[in-house]
Amino acid sequence: MEPTAQAAQHRSDELGRRGEDLAADYLASTGLVVLSRNWRCRDGEVDLIATDGQRLVVCEVKTRSGTGYGEPSEGVTPAKAARIRRVTAAWLRAYRVGWCEVRFDVLAVLCPQDGPVTVEHLQGAF
Amino acid sequence: MSLASAWAVALHGVDGMLVEIEAHIGPGLPGLQMVGLPDTALSEARDRVRAAVLNSGERWPPRRMTLALSPATLPKGGSSYDLALACALLAAAGRVPAQRLHGLVLIGELALDGRLRQVRGVLPAVLAARQVGIGEVVVPSASLAEACLVDGVRVHGATCLKEVLSWLRDPGGAGLARPGPPRPAPPAAVPDLGDVLEQGDARWAVEVAAAGGHHLLLTGPPGTGKTMLAQRMVGLLPALTDQEALEVTAVHSVAGLLAPETPLITVPPFVAPHHTSSVAALVGGGSGLAKPGAVSRAHRGVLFLDEVAEFGPRSLEALRTPLEDGEVRLARRDGVVRYPARCQLVLAANPCPCAPPDERDCTCAPSARRRYLGRLSGPLLDRVDLRVLMRPVKDMGQADAEPESTATVRERVLQARAAARARWTGTGWSTNAEVPGPVLRRRFRLPRAVTEPIAAALHRGMVTARGADRTLRLAWTVADLAGRDRPLVEDVSVAMGLRDRRAA
Repeated sequence: MEPTAQAAQHRSDELGRRGEDLAADYLASTGLVVLSRNWRCRDGEVDLIATDGQRLVVCEVKTRSGTGYGEPSEGVTPAKAARIRRVTAAWLRAYRVGWCEVRFDVLAVLCPQDGPVTVEHLQGAF
Repeated sequence: MSLASAWAVALHGVDGMLVEIEAHIGPGLPGLQMVGLPDTALSEARDRVRAAVLNSGERWPPRRMTLALSPATLPKGGSSYDLALACALLAAAGRVPAQRLHGLVLIGELALDGRLRQVRGVLPAVLAARQVGIGEVVVPSASLAEACLVDGVRVHGATCLKEVLSWLRDPGGAGLARPGPPRPAPPAAVPDLGDVLEQGDARWAVEVAAAGGHHLLLTGPPGTGKTMLAQRMVGLLPALTDQEALEVTAVHSVAGLLAPETPLITVPPFVAPHHTSSVAALVGGGSGLAKPGAVSRAHRGVLFLDEVAEFGPRSLEALRTPLEDGEVRLARRDGVVRYPARCQLVLAANPCPCAPPDERDCTCAPSARRRYLGRLSGPLLDRVDLRVLMRPVKDMGQADAEPESTATVRERVLQARAAARARWTGTGWSTNAEVPGPVLRRRFRLPRAVTEPIAAALHRGMVTARGADRTLRLAWTVADLAGRDRPLVEDVSVAMGLRDRRAA
């Protein structure tokens, strides 16, 4: 990778991690218990898996520094949604969880250069 | 999450139907769904509206949005819904007050930068809005003059989406453009009848045709003034009434042919299609929903078919039913549309293919001559009340008598038309040409002595039954022009002469 491209990748990774930290704090503040962060398997990765005591809440965190390329939540494509569903199934198998209700949420984190950070919670997004 | 609705108009021919556009913003990933049978142009509104909203400085709601156009079973098409779609969405998102959209019809196509573009059929759309009791309409400012032809509706003109949004938010603010005082259309330059040399018979036939609304066929060698006479016919016709003007303007609006500054058409239109025109160009057609053709554009005016023998037989036959019914019904994939087609037909033809100035120099074989005008089918010619054979001009116009001008002849035509209108009040007809034969034969029966020439011709097989009715109609017009309240036997004889069989 070119040095500048590498730097850009580094910045964007950092932004993503920062967004995930913010999202985890936000989820905890709404009373959810985070079970896994960045859980990976062969099919891919899910950002956050939490529970509200009754159902599993699978969260995709999407962070952007501005809306120039669209709202953060617009970055969750149907392909990404399908991947998250597959990974969730793998997670349920890995932890031997029987039948349980699952909700898929999107946490859209907007971190503008100037101005406050906003976290938008789309419940049951897909 | 939130719900709002706005109003737009779906056009079906020249009839409009109100369409409610509902917008719902709910939880879910961002996206926009549109339901309600949109066609391709309307489906693409999704992308136009998004770009226009963003470029007007608004935030695109990052939510799952559904737009529903109802009645859901009516197929909808075109780009005129863009403005209403954008406003419904922004109202559902809480960016503009939703209650401001009640009783307001929004018409216009959005450009990507948020400008409002002109669309076709604004006049019929505003008429449809008035019919269901909607009192306020926003149109692109380029269509403002056209929209304000409808009274009883408050019309606003806007140049861009931003303007509409700030007007919706603050009705007391700067506001949108309001129509200025109506500007009268510049008088159309109609050539004067005084330019035509000689041709007494043909001039008289044109006068009778104008007075009674009859169809007319002019035959004769080239250069005798057939085309000149036909072009001068519209100058003899009375100006359109308000109702007629709206009908004509509505057809031209759907065809996208209006002048933006002075859209109202007040003089009878003159339409002269070329003889290679297709059936669809003449009577209307096109895929999906049919568009108006020449016969509808000439509604309440003159349809002039020059070199009529060169038209394809299919094109001419297609004109028969519209001429008889005064409207065209065209069935296409998306339904049947009706366009008005009450026009006056003026046909011009050479007597033969070689068409020398003097008929004695004709080199055509007799069979070629017969075939040439034989292309005009009997059923079509039977609908033409007046047939005139024009003779070559033999004088350069130094004759003592100046030919009568349009103004003089028009005066007589208007009087005859007024007499006819007074006679037919309460029947729904205004010219003699529209009156059905049975009515003339029963309710306005003439004494046997007066109709004798027609009866004799009918008996000898010189005219058909329909031809007899048409002669009777002509006789009434001749009497109207002479200022008599019913035809005498000489009027009937003159009428018989105006259906000269030698002229095809």
